[in-house]
Amino acid sequence: MHEYAITEALLKTASEYAENNGAKRVLSLNLVIGDLSGIIDESVQFYWDMVSEDTICAGSILKFEKQSAVFRCLACQSEFPMVEELAPCPKCGSIDIRVISGDDFTLKSIEIEK
Amino acid sequence: MSIEKVQIVEKILDANDQMALENQQVFDQKNILAINIMASPGAGKTSLILRTIEGLAADYKIAVIEGDTAPVTIDADKIYERGIPVTQINTGGDCHLDALMVRKGMQALNLEGVDLVIIENVGNLICPAAFKLGSHLNVAIASIPEGDDKPYKYPNIYRGIQCLVLNKTDLLPYVDFNLEYFKQGIRILNPGVDILPLSSKTGEGMDAWLAWLCKRINEKKHAQK
Repeated sequence: MHEYAITEALLKTASEYAENNGAKRVLSLNLVIGDLSGIIDESVQFYWDMVSEDTICAGSILKFEKQSAVFRCLACQSEFPMVEELAPCPKCGSIDIRVISGDDFTLKSIEIEK
Repeated sequence: MSIEKVQIVEKILDANDQMALENQQVFDQKNILAINIMASPGAGKTSLILRTIEGLAADYKIAVIEGDTAPVTIDADKIYERGIPVTQINTGGDCHLDALMVRKGMQALNLEGVDLVIIENVGNLICPAAFKLGSHLNVAIASIPEGDDKPYKYPNIYRGIQCLVLNKTDLLPYVDFNLEYFKQGIRILNPGVDILPLSSKTGEGMDAWLAWLCKRINEKKHAQK
């Protein structure tokens, strides 16, 4: 349910960039969503049309690119993509592992009409 | 009319993260340790806070920021009754606290001379994990009746914490709770995190929690600004 707050933050960021670049309106937003970001894209989409109504982003399309999570094993230093969220290192079996990417939700670019 | 692509590459929660950083700087300036307590509803956040006040109020000046989704002051009242400065933030249905709400809470409190600010997050195991507040330490409380599978079901909340309090250990004889299975889940998500089993009701294990906290309050109190 925190997608509502996240969607509002997304609207703010996208609108700022659009206005600073002299846009008349925003056509689409390219978003990268990490496997471990805890964000559900359908939920963001659901709120988007609601929060963007009557703004420079009204009617724009959200394009999601999924990013796989990558872990690093601190025991053997190998890096591996996530297969299962709580699986140990596939190489040495250690559970001393850290997430190194795939836990963010990022606005990569927007397409604007001038 | 022309169509143009604007490169951005910005984390959506950058603005919140930035504000959280500023909150932390305010705490640092005053040598205050700020802790963010997260848990599901009913895990015992307020009880742990009350026990902590009981154990530490003679030696440290404590203030509390209470986050609640509904405009009820049940939790804040209990703290106020103990003579501890407390401010309540109503999130108005929102499922988590964010850095701006905490800032408002900080402004509502007199932080002069305070050693420890306890922030009680909204009871929820999902949303609070995504929003930094500016706290130095994040503490999650799990409790025995919630079951031993919580790390496996709600992994994100356990990744960014420095301490896991396992509350209601007095109920262990009555509940099927595999402690090793639970700990294994926590360790794989957050290797090296301190796991402190205790019971706010009986007081068992409370000393270890208070010692854990005191060490960190003292470090912050005597830290270089």
